[in-house]
Amino acid sequence: MMERILRGAAITLILVFFLFPIFWIVLMSFQTNEDILRIPPSPFFTPTLSNYTALITGKLVSNAGTLDIAFMHNLWNSVLLSTVSVAVALVLGVPAAYAFARYKFPLSEDIAFTLLSFRFAPPLLVLLPLTLYFQEIGLTDTYVGLVWVYQLIALPLILWIVRGYFEDISPDIESAYRIAGHSWPATFLKIAVPLAGPGIAAAGLLAFIFCWNNFVFALILASADKQPVTVGSLAFVTASGIQYGQIAAAIVLSITPVLALALYAQRYLVEGLSLGAVKG
Amino acid sequence: MAQIELNRLSKSFKKNHVINDLSLSAEEGEIVCIFGPSGVGKTVLLRLIAGVEEPDRGDICLNGRDVTEAAPETRGVGIAFQNFALFPHMSAYDNIGSALTARERDKNVIRIKVERVAKLLKISHVLQQAPRELSNGQKQRTALARALVADPKILLLDDPLRNVDAKLRYEMRLELPSLLKASGSTVLYVTQDYKEAMALGDRIAVLIDGGFAQIAAPSEIYRRPATLEVARLFGDPTINLIPGRPDGGSFAIAGVAVPLGPTYASETGRACVLGLRPESLKLSSQAKPGAFPVEIIAVTPLNEKVVLLAHTPDGREIFIAEAGVEDERRAPGPAFAHFDPAEALLFDEASGQRIEPAL
Repeated sequence: MMERILRGAAITLILVFFLFPIFWIVLMSFQTNEDILRIPPSPFFTPTLSNYTALITGKLVSNAGTLDIAFMHNLWNSVLLSTVSVAVALVLGVPAAYAFARYKFPLSEDIAFTLLSFRFAPPLLVLLPLTLYFQEIGLTDTYVGLVWVYQLIALPLILWIVRGYFEDISPDIESAYRIAGHSWPATFLKIAVPLAGPGIAAAGLLAFIFCWNNFVFALILASADKQPVTVGSLAFVTASGIQYGQIAAAIVLSITPVLALALYAQRYLVEGLSLGAVKG
Repeated sequence: MAQIELNRLSKSFKKNHVINDLSLSAEEGEIVCIFGPSGVGKTVLLRLIAGVEEPDRGDICLNGRDVTEAAPETRGVGIAFQNFALFPHMSAYDNIGSALTARERDKNVIRIKVERVAKLLKISHVLQQAPRELSNGQKQRTALARALVADPKILLLDDPLRNVDAKLRYEMRLELPSLLKASGSTVLYVTQDYKEAMALGDRIAVLIDGGFAQIAAPSEIYRRPATLEVARLFGDPTINLIPGRPDGGSFAIAGVAVPLGPTYASETGRACVLGLRPESLKLSSQAKPGAFPVEIIAVTPLNEKVVLLAHTPDGREIFIAEAGVEDERRAPGPAFAHFDPAEALLFDEASGQRIEPAL
């Protein structure tokens, strides 16, 4: 009994610690800047949707006048960049992960490790040379260029997570399918990919979140009309002050898609598909 | 025409020679049991034939076609893996059907064939279940059904009864021969249970150290094993092996010259090992010519037979098996053992090869 109470208290404490900031942000997003900056702060206020309307209509009305903000366009950029990047990384990374898991070829370990090492290097290390290349070949400020650079984030992640899942599949299962008369591409698509499904979903989701949260690549390599929300939110730091209300609303809007995706995907992540596959 | 023809196959992993210069041919409809202790490369051999592994040297001909370089999907064999290797994301029905979908487009044909083989193997009631919902016996039957459903000319079974419980194994051992004969396939059946090999095989190929020590009919293997190693692997309790030198048609056991018969007279003085099957030995309470004294240490009744552990005066352990129907109850104590010289086996000690009796 005592243990249950203690455990409940501990869980509550942790939940409050991690969720209170989010709760406060949600509250802020319904307040005017004056309410937010009032001292002492109070949870009692007249809720307003002005922050959201400002974001959605793209007209930020402040003391200094009307300011155009491209938040919805930034949000759309985020969705586009993250989705396309993860899709490209999946198309490239899943077959590559399969090859690294199943076949031993010269330098396979070295290539795999080199790809992983992209995750070790701080992005700033590659940004300057990348900027110069991109200017040279005309990829600066294009979606293609950004999606390409985002592969640095998504590809190693997908490659290494999915590789582990492929290695866990008993090769006998794939052999059995091939001996039954199916070609290796069919075996890959009908056996290996479905069985590694939870891993692919997990890796894809993680890669999506990492891409979504990326700031520095887009800051340097793209101009305003290609930038995602992470960079776009800078616009709320205006000459006449920081627009806390809009920032809060922007945060709420920008975490919603990722949160929804994570909640949707989690049931696929926990599903233990390989149970009962082979005796052991 | 031989349906399976393996010609001087070799396969090694790193420095480990698993299969070494191995040849085998199996006729149409024949069941060949590949028997050997664990880790001798039985599974590797099946994988070579199925095309999952490539041999370093040698050729594989199936149905008269050289398939050494061919991809597994083109070889037209059926296989059941020891670990079942069912597709966990498909129902039992789809698992079995997967052996047909590559060549057969008509869903009705597939359904008829799957249902027929499922009925044969008594798994009709679980066809819609996923592998994780099946018992081990049902998984094993599903794997077997998948191997059988396409009526392959060549069937490779990798110890399919290894992972099922004793009762089911016994049942399947009775059912399998007729099932396999009905399929008309040429079967290579891998097992490490000599009883299974003897019960199922038209011939048994004994795999030792990467090569076949003997390929022969079960009774031939048991009565006339090619080597000491083969003699040791078949039989429970194992064969009694007594080293010594024959002397003019007799053999000294514990100081007693036991007759071997004139057929081994020419082997006088050669370093040999005498092999005596436990059931070849007869006991008597009285000394008689050709019988050697033993001390019975333990008596183990096993229903259909009684297994006795005895010591010779020079301290050698001897197993004796008697039919269990005898009225006379054996008790530990001194006795005399003798055997029919025709049932004795003589091996060369150095090479382990059996010495053929002279006619």
